[in-house]
Amino acid sequence: MDLGELVSCVGSLSCLVTQVSAGLTIGLLLFLVASGLTLIFGVLGLVNFAHGTLYMLGAYFALSAYAATGSFLVSTLAGTLGVATFGLLIERTLFRRIYGADVLMQLLVCYALILIMDDVVKIIWGGDFLKMDMPDTFRRPPFIIGGGIVPLFYLVLFGVTLAVALLLALCMGRTRFGRTVRAAAVNSTMVASLGVNTNMVFAAVFAIGAALAGLAGALSAPIRSVVPGAGVSILIESFIVTVIGGMGSIGGALVAALLIGLTRSFGSIGFPLFTEGLMFLMMAVVLLLKPSGLAGKHPA
Amino acid sequence: MSRFSGWRGDVLVALIAFSLVAALSLGVGSHALIDFIIRLGIFGLLALSLNLLIGTAGLVSFGHAAFFGSGAYAFGLLMQSGGWSVPAAVLAALTGSALLALVIGVLCVRLSEIYFAFLTLAFQMLIHSMVISWVSLTGGDQGLMGGIPKPPFLGVELARPAHLALFSAFCLALSAVLLRQVIRSPFGVALRMLRDNPQRAAFLGLSVFRYRLGAFVIAGTFAGLAGVLMALYVSGAFPTFLYWTTSGEALFMIMLGGIGTFLGPILGAAVFLFLSDRISGFTEHHGLFFGAILLLLVLGLRKGMLDWAVDAWRARGKGRGV
Repeated sequence: MDLGELVSCVGSLSCLVTQVSAGLTIGLLLFLVASGLTLIFGVLGLVNFAHGTLYMLGAYFALSAYAATGSFLVSTLAGTLGVATFGLLIERTLFRRIYGADVLMQLLVCYALILIMDDVVKIIWGGDFLKMDMPDTFRRPPFIIGGGIVPLFYLVLFGVTLAVALLLALCMGRTRFGRTVRAAAVNSTMVASLGVNTNMVFAAVFAIGAALAGLAGALSAPIRSVVPGAGVSILIESFIVTVIGGMGSIGGALVAALLIGLTRSFGSIGFPLFTEGLMFLMMAVVLLLKPSGLAGKHPA
Repeated sequence: MSRFSGWRGDVLVALIAFSLVAALSLGVGSHALIDFIIRLGIFGLLALSLNLLIGTAGLVSFGHAAFFGSGAYAFGLLMQSGGWSVPAAVLAALTGSALLALVIGVLCVRLSEIYFAFLTLAFQMLIHSMVISWVSLTGGDQGLMGGIPKPPFLGVELARPAHLALFSAFCLALSAVLLRQVIRSPFGVALRMLRDNPQRAAFLGLSVFRYRLGAFVIAGTFAGLAGVLMALYVSGAFPTFLYWTTSGEALFMIMLGGIGTFLGPILGAAVFLFLSDRISGFTEHHGLFFGAILLLLVLGLRKGMLDWAVDAWRARGKGRGV
């Protein structure tokens, strides 16, 4: 533990800027994954334990697309749309069968999927850590703000993530599709009896959730290495985010994700060995004091 | 029938099974068989203890390996520190696992099913990362190295594989009898009521929290014993013991054998170990095969083998109008 260093970092503007920008980057990526998780849970009642696997796939798709085309735009789209398609596929073949089934069933299907995909990824991309090169467009000297270092790519990431969050909020809150989804979350039988094809709605929601995870994976590819089995650690972090923010609440997920991101970046200075413990501690405190999370309506 | 229907019958069955295994391992004495018996004792016990939570109490834990690991590490560290006899170290390791289960249980058992599954997974990963980062105590990534001393006690020499196989089988048989009594007791009946209708149980004045916590601690303690056996078997303790995949394997065993039948998990463990050995023979892609088998089981059969057999047997009886 090194509290002295933490205090001196908070006291200096340059360190503060560097750590905050790193923390926001972690937090926003986490938000993308967690918002998909919470969306799928909120509408389908399905806890997607395989959500981290979708993130991992997004990173791998992006890697391959970037290697083939050298375009960051293409790699991001490949990660997002590729995982959305994959999500649609597994929703139609596997998850469709277990809506409303007990947690054990859901858990086992997801576990099987994680096992299979970790091996498939290993066969296709190999078992080593891989990392995408930083695209040339973003390979510029970082911005220096108040003495702190903010790489250009971080700003791109902020922009993309916030735009997606806004789009998601507008889509769920203001469009006809969003209204249908929210209605189907409350009572899907009623919505179906009004002539809406709820199967398609569910499939679309799953695909959107998967796309969010894929986007996060694709965006993370230039700054984080990926390896088969990488899905589980991001799954646990995004689960912590959904618990703190409240299951089913996208706004709560945003606040909690930023909180966790900042905790990680400052924790790595103050208590490098206990950073993960700190996240769990926050989760335990929230569960004990407000079990439904900061903004959740479902009791835990 | 009545004389052997209660715990006496269980003890009798356990004794017969243990004698058979003992005769097999001493009589045949092949290396592969002894190895299999040791591992069956370990993983049978792990799966059986997990099924107290899943099958009996309806608590789907995805973090059961935390206690498997805590038993292994506690036992290994105590034996390496010197001055501990095996039985004393086993008791201490079980107490440690029970305490850990109490702490995690207090935080987890209040929550609804989904949160419970996720939270047990999360705590297990927390303990895993603590074990990895506390290198001076646990050896980090490398695990507890240097072997675990196994001083003989009561004529049992655990350093000899045949003795360890008997010890492992004995622990499984004894634990099975004990767990069976737990399930049969009023406590076990209450757990099943909590599983099927928690609201009704709460209205009847049962403390949902205390009963579930009790089940969690008991299951964690027996998983700790499985961990002790594992530490003896590999003469060390490694972070993979408490990684989430170990919990997943235990779940797989239960699903394979069946959650509704008492001996299902043990059968599941046996089949899992057998399959695992066979698959290793021709491919390194375990996950692909196990995942496919699991999907077929869950989406096709929708229950484990022993559950399926028992249901088929009952349906056959009904068909004849019995």
